Amino acid sequence: MAQAAVQTQNEPRVVLSARGLTKIFGAFAAVKDVDLDVRHAQVHALIGPNGAGKTTVFNLLTKFLQPSAGSINLLGTDITRTAPDKVARRGLVRSFQISAVFPHLTVLDNVRVALQRPNNLATQFWLPMASLNRLNERAEELLTAVGLHNERNALAADLSYGRKRVLEIATTLALDPKVLLLDEPMAGMGQEDIGNISGIIREVARERAVLMVEHNLSVVADICHHVTVLQRGEILAEGDYATVSQDPRVRTAYMGTEEA
Amino acid sequence: MSHVAHSTNSKPAAEPGVKVTTSATIFLLAGLALLVVAPLFFYPIFLMKLLCFALFACAFNLLLGYTGLLSFGHATFFGGAAYFTAHAVKVWGWTPELGILLGVAGAAGLGVVMGFVAIRRQGIYFAMITLALSQMFFFFCLQAGFTQGEDGIQQVPRGHLFGVIDLSVSTNMYYFVLSVFVIGLLLIWRFINSPFGMILKSIRENEARATSLGYSVARYKLGAFVMSAALAGLAGGVKALVFQFATLTDVAWQMSGEVILMTLLGGIGTLIGPIFGAGLVVTLQNYLATSDFPVTIITGVVFMVCVLLFRRGIVGEFYASRLGRSLSFEHRH
Repeated sequence: MAQAAVQTQNEPRVVLSARGLTKIFGAFAAVKDVDLDVRHAQVHALIGPNGAGKTTVFNLLTKFLQPSAGSINLLGTDITRTAPDKVARRGLVRSFQISAVFPHLTVLDNVRVALQRPNNLATQFWLPMASLNRLNERAEELLTAVGLHNERNALAADLSYGRKRVLEIATTLALDPKVLLLDEPMAGMGQEDIGNISGIIREVARERAVLMVEHNLSVVADICHHVTVLQRGEILAEGDYATVSQDPRVRTAYMGTEEA
Repeated sequence: MSHVAHSTNSKPAAEPGVKVTTSATIFLLAGLALLVVAPLFFYPIFLMKLLCFALFACAFNLLLGYTGLLSFGHATFFGGAAYFTAHAVKVWGWTPELGILLGVAGAAGLGVVMGFVAIRRQGIYFAMITLALSQMFFFFCLQAGFTQGEDGIQQVPRGHLFGVIDLSVSTNMYYFVLSVFVIGLLLIWRFINSPFGMILKSIRENEARATSLGYSVARYKLGAFVMSAALAGLAGGVKALVFQFATLTDVAWQMSGEVILMTLLGGIGTLIGPIFGAGLVVTLQNYLATSDFPVTIITGVVFMVCVLLFRRGIVGEFYASRLGRSLSFEHRH
């Protein structure tokens, strides 16, 4: 297995942090007292067995769910009580576990929709559609960057699963987010697409923070600087991949199954 | 429209946006020409009624077809505007165009209130809240003084358009109604094919994704709701002048149901579908009114047959056919 990613610099600044993050559904605590620090220009992985609460943590951080307790801080601002669309406007943008594209829009339109708001072209009900053409240049640039340019006039629904995930990353990047949350970006992908997306994520993380949920451990080993292991809603271990993968508790709880 | 779109790449492929083919343009102009000469062949009041309901259905479809919200309270905007216009013209002596504008503004105001309360709910809850609010408005109209209760506002003068054109001449009135209808359709066309319309479309496609891209979904829905209400008000205000009265019938829940029926029959999410739906329902009502058959049973049967045979509505099915695809002037997938 590949070496753990090289530790860059000495600990860049924290851009997203959570303290004591807790979510209780009825009598069930899906997430318990989780502390998390996501740093600039780093890829941070959130791993753990099914039902460990990874996606719930995502939903809490992006405010799609309201935490039962704890606080979240984004770029120095407390966002514990901020609405999800506002969180997105502050620079924390997520992808979804189930591919989130606008299926009946073209690939180009998918990216243009993402570009409309930052370019103040979202509320004009009196302008013709052609007014959106000034977003084309940037949209095509983004599509070229992720290798989707040739499919730009296809309907998003007609793309393969892997290409949809790539499109989703392109639309997310259109917002020029400070922090990117990717929920299982490689799930259900072929080896070729995995390599492609790994490359894109690594590239993206040069200028922003990435937090990703991922099951594919070779990907985690390959591109992630920091790993947090969740189990039953609690943090089991933390550190770089080498440290975490040697932790006996982690081996029994999660990775043990791989080597058994 | 978007022939002039970006052409940095040599690959000939479908341009995003809306394309109007030549045959579709001819089709549209023919339709308009038919409407222009129609009063030579049909009773003008019937035609005007048809145009009012067609506009009402198109306004309703702006919400259902393009935002995915099923309102069960649109009679409030249609009938409410009819009362406002009738009152302004009859009691305050306003000119017809100002009366209609008041109706539109009033309907938009009611839309802000109803939309604000209902917009955060989905599906059946949204429908029920809009129904409940429109029932409240019905009882308000029943009790309020200016609406004249059970009698309604009768003998509303049509007056002179811009103080010049005498609308009591039914040909003048017809062309006035036709103009309002065409303007209304153009407005809807613009809303749908605008940057705002694009966001509405994306919200309908994937609401969670739209939120995660930073769009405040509730605000966009409210915007669409108010636009739909205002246009329904435009139809209602004109209708009050056509029939020269405003009554409780226009604010009753049956009216909300009727507009849903028209839209579904014609084809949700198509620009011209609701026009055909409205045409069918109004025509049926008109011809059956003099026969022994109960109107509601016949329209009910027609509705059931349509739902069973053409799911997409008359125009929706037509677009799905081969001929329809070549004639379609709407961006459909």
